[in-house]
Amino acid sequence: MTASRHAAPATLPIGSDADLAWVRQQVRQAAAELGFGLVQQTKLVTAASELARNTLVHGGGGHVVLTPLHTGQAQGLRLSFVDSGPGIRDLEQAMTDGYTSGGGLGLGLSGSKRLVQEFEVDSTPGGGTTVTVTAWATIVPPTRPGL
Amino acid sequence: MTGAAGPPLAGATGGYGFTVPVLRLGDVLLVTLQGELHDGMAEQLQHDITSRIAGSRVTGVVIDISGVDIVDSFLGRVLAEIAAGAGLLAARTVLAGMRPAVAITLVELGLTLPGLRTALDVERAMELLTGDPRDGERSP
Repeated sequence: MTASRHAAPATLPIGSDADLAWVRQQVRQAAAELGFGLVQQTKLVTAASELARNTLVHGGGGHVVLTPLHTGQAQGLRLSFVDSGPGIRDLEQAMTDGYTSGGGLGLGLSGSKRLVQEFEVDSTPGGGTTVTVTAWATIVPPTRPGL
Repeated sequence: MTGAAGPPLAGATGGYGFTVPVLRLGDVLLVTLQGELHDGMAEQLQHDITSRIAGSRVTGVVIDISGVDIVDSFLGRVLAEIAAGAGLLAARTVLAGMRPAVAITLVELGLTLPGLRTALDVERAMELLTGDPRDGERSP
C-alpha cells in the first residue's frame, strides 16, 4: 500500500546561485518528510545553504549527496558537500568564527557545525574538500533540567 | 547595474524573473522579501534600495522578512549592509517579521545582527520609524 520510505541517496549539482536555491528546497523537503520539526528544518536548511555556498565559492562548484538515514526509531539526514577545489590549507583556522578567505562573515563552517549534530571535514590541499553533516529528527525537543 | 531613477513601484529583479516589491509609503520604503532569494538578487536589491533612498526623500526603510524561510550568513550580511548604507544616507532601517525558527537559527549560527533594529511586524516597524515623539503631534 505505502511505498518504501527508504529513499535512495540523491545527488544535486552545485554550480550556480539557482542551484543553491534548489539545494535549500530539496533539503527542506527531505527533512520535512523525515519528520524534522520546523526549527530543526530551518537549522539544517541554513547549514546546507552555508555549506553549498562554500562549495560554490571556495570549491569552484561541486555537488551534494542527500542520504536519508533510518536507524531503529531515529530518522536522520546526511548531507555530503563535495568539491574538487583547492582544499583547505589550515582547517583549524577555517573553523574559527570570523575567519574568512572569501570576503564573507566567516561563519559558514563554524556556524554550520553548531546547527547540526554531526560534522566532518575531509580536505587535502589541492585535492578538494568534502564536508559531511548529519542531523537527526527528534520527536520531542529535549528540555534541559532547570529551564 | 541599472540606473537609479525607477518608477515608484519598481523593485529588484536580479535577472531571475521575479521581483522584490519595494513600495513607498510616505517617508518610508517598504521592502517585502518572500521565499527564495538568490544571492545575485539580494545584491541587486541592496543596490536598488540604496539608489531609491538617495533619489527620494525617504527617512526610513522597513524590510519585511515574514515570508522568508531562512536567513543565512550571506543574506544576513546583505541586510546589515542595506541598513548600514541607509544609515549613511540618513535613513533608519527596521527589519520586520522575522520568524521564530529563523531567529533561533541565526543565534546558533552566530549572526545576531547587532545594530540592526527589529520589530515583530510591519505595523510596529512603521510606528518605530514614524512615531518619534520629538517630532510632536501636528495640532490643528
